[in-house]
Amino acid sequence: MYKVKVYVTLRESVLDPQGKAVMHSLHKMGQSEVEDVRIGKYLELTLQKGDYDLDEKIVSMCSKLLSNPVIEDYRYEVEEVVAQ
Amino acid sequence: MKFAVIVFPGSNCDTDMYHAVKDELGSDVEYVWHDASDLSGFDGILLPGGFSYGDYLRSGAIAQFSNVMSEVVRAAKEGKPVLGVCNGFQILLETGLLPGAMRRNESLKFICQPEELVVMNDQTLFTSQYEKGEVISVPVAHGEGNYYCDEETLKLLKENDQIVFTYAKNPNGSVEDIAGITNQEGNVLGMMPHPERAVDELLGSKDGLKLFQSIVKSWRERYVAAT
Repeated sequence: MYKVKVYVTLRESVLDPQGKAVMHSLHKMGQSEVEDVRIGKYLELTLQKGDYDLDEKIVSMCSKLLSNPVIEDYRYEVEEVVAQ
Repeated sequence: MKFAVIVFPGSNCDTDMYHAVKDELGSDVEYVWHDASDLSGFDGILLPGGFSYGDYLRSGAIAQFSNVMSEVVRAAKEGKPVLGVCNGFQILLETGLLPGAMRRNESLKFICQPEELVVMNDQTLFTSQYEKGEVISVPVAHGEGNYYCDEETLKLLKENDQIVFTYAKNPNGSVEDIAGITNQEGNVLGMMPHPERAVDELLGSKDGLKLFQSIVKSWRERYVAAT
């Protein structure tokens, strides 16, 4: 089995109003060192091993559904796990 | 002319849309469930607002892979009028029938109020009953209506006159005050404001009715006048 960890964030060029609101809140907390906050999503997929190209499959899932390439970027990590 | 109102799990403006078409416009209309696989009996497709699939992942993201959407794409390619309102607009963006994407409103607030819209293009099949520059009052109700597209896309939208409605006072941060756009062919319109909620003076405005009347007029000119 593979465990795939996918991180989706708004693209650098796209303003993140939620992140900005959280940053202001952190400043109010006294955390004045915080310069930027970007909020994203974290997804964990578990995949069966098989006769397929893993990267190709992940890229397809990420670009067609898990992220919207118009406003979002994604990156992922793969871990091999033993089926329980 | 017969309309389909597509109903997804979580749609909540389907009844308003049905009412606008049936009772105010006086056209044939049917509800069509999201797993339907044939839209050939319909002349116009309406994607209502709401929270399809609970807005999980992103607004409209899950709906793009529902059964009926491949038929909606087919209808759009055949040149049938397709109107997506609010969540319907978000679905059209996610499906790729319209360019761009929606972000959270700049204020992070859910905005629910009447908005003044400027008709930017009165040459589309959706807006022939309006005048260019006309200001109409149509309500909005959304948390993610902050339209975004890159510079290149924006240039194309302008060159092809695809920006159909803009906000007189931008409520959500949308690029270029965009409230509604069509595809390049002009037969697919997505808009955040709700014309189906502005079809009778009792509702505070009937400015949305002309949009539906425009669709019927265009269809009649194409199919009825010719026979």
